[in-house]
Amino acid sequence: MLTKRIIPCLDCDLAVPDGRVVKGVEFEQIRYAGVPWDLARRYYLEGADEIVFLDITASHERRETMVHVLERTCEEVFIPLTVGGGIRSLEDARRVFNAGADKIAINTAAIQNPPLITEISRHFGSQACVVAIDAKRRYVNLEGKTIVETPEGPCWFECSIYGGRKFVGLDAIQWAVEAERRGAGEILLTSMDRDGTTQGYDISLTKAISERVSIPVIASGGCGGPQHMYEVFRETRASAALAASIFHYGTYSIRQVKEYLAERGIEVRMDYPSSV
Amino acid sequence: MLVSSPEKLEGGKVIIPGVGAFGKGMENLKPFLPEMRRALSSGVFVLGICLGLHLMLEGSEEAPGVRGIGALKGRVVKINTTLPLPHIGWNWVSPQKESCPLFKNAGGGHAYFVHSYHALPEEEVIAATTDYGGRVTAAVWKENLFGVQFHPEKSGPYGLKILKNFMELEC
Repeated sequence: MLTKRIIPCLDCDLAVPDGRVVKGVEFEQIRYAGVPWDLARRYYLEGADEIVFLDITASHERRETMVHVLERTCEEVFIPLTVGGGIRSLEDARRVFNAGADKIAINTAAIQNPPLITEISRHFGSQACVVAIDAKRRYVNLEGKTIVETPEGPCWFECSIYGGRKFVGLDAIQWAVEAERRGAGEILLTSMDRDGTTQGYDISLTKAISERVSIPVIASGGCGGPQHMYEVFRETRASAALAASIFHYGTYSIRQVKEYLAERGIEVRMDYPSSV
Repeated sequence: MLVSSPEKLEGGKVIIPGVGAFGKGMENLKPFLPEMRRALSSGVFVLGICLGLHLMLEGSEEAPGVRGIGALKGRVVKINTTLPLPHIGWNWVSPQKESCPLFKNAGGGHAYFVHSYHALPEEEVIAATTDYGGRVTAAVWKENLFGVQFHPEKSGPYGLKILKNFMELEC
């Protein structure tokens, strides 16, 4: 059977030479965490199952910097790499695949131009096309929306684009189902309410979407420790758990997280480069 | 060394990598075929990865009517499972032939898979399997021919060990 995956996420500011990894809280307040390929290598050595690079830059130089970051990373890191942020076209996707990415993640472009999902998955395979959804709870204007009963009351989930800066009224649950139908191979699901809070994943959101699609769902936003990963694997059908700050700031290593999960009966991959 | 033309196809070992579909893969491989057939029958060590393994068989359900290299008897078929396809992620590789040099000092381990089809050879050449709601071919071995369904280049230390074993084969 497939193992549950633990995925560190690197939010990359590529406006500086070589890029740098930053981390925000609730999509704001940026803190600096390190050089992308150094962190990627550290996580690989700790047993990460995959690494996600999210480009949060809005500059023109970023494409070359991301290619450089990927090429450097591929020299030492032998696990799947996913790249998201600023991919608007098939050509953008091709560039990051050629630089060594195994999958690309699209959010804004997918919402504004849904046929792009189909186009990318036809060219590179559905497994290479991840649709990223940034979702925020809404407790009003429930009409026509997919309502979820949460401990905080009934709500729907609204998709955001442009890295959390704009909302378009799109229902995240309905969008996830549509994204699968259009050829997405995976959903990277981030709770904007939980992101950076270390209060745990939004279980209601993750459960609602992972039960409605058959493609893997990566839970993201809010992880404060291994107990939150255990919770999301126990309570939902998520295939993977993504975290950033707990790994960046050394609160927990990936190995510690995996040992915690394995002790509680969650199947994870325990293969560390130092052991060979 | 990455080769893009058939004249360059020389040396001790050949790796046929591959992500993509069977039909397109055979089309891209066409210029290499005569040289590759010669290499396969000359005893050169060959490792097919994922689609590269599929291409070594006679044909595939994925592209009816397209002929494969045919170095291994049998076909490529869709995975028979009730679980979602493609089969993506880390799954356990169980060696079936302990003598297979690819698994020397490695044994079983988690490897990264991304596929919907798998090889069903007619000969007794399955060297490893994995379980995805049914038995899936994970590796084949016939004399100088090796094939793996998973991506050793993306399978962490376990995958690197498999690749190292292949590179260390001696004629």
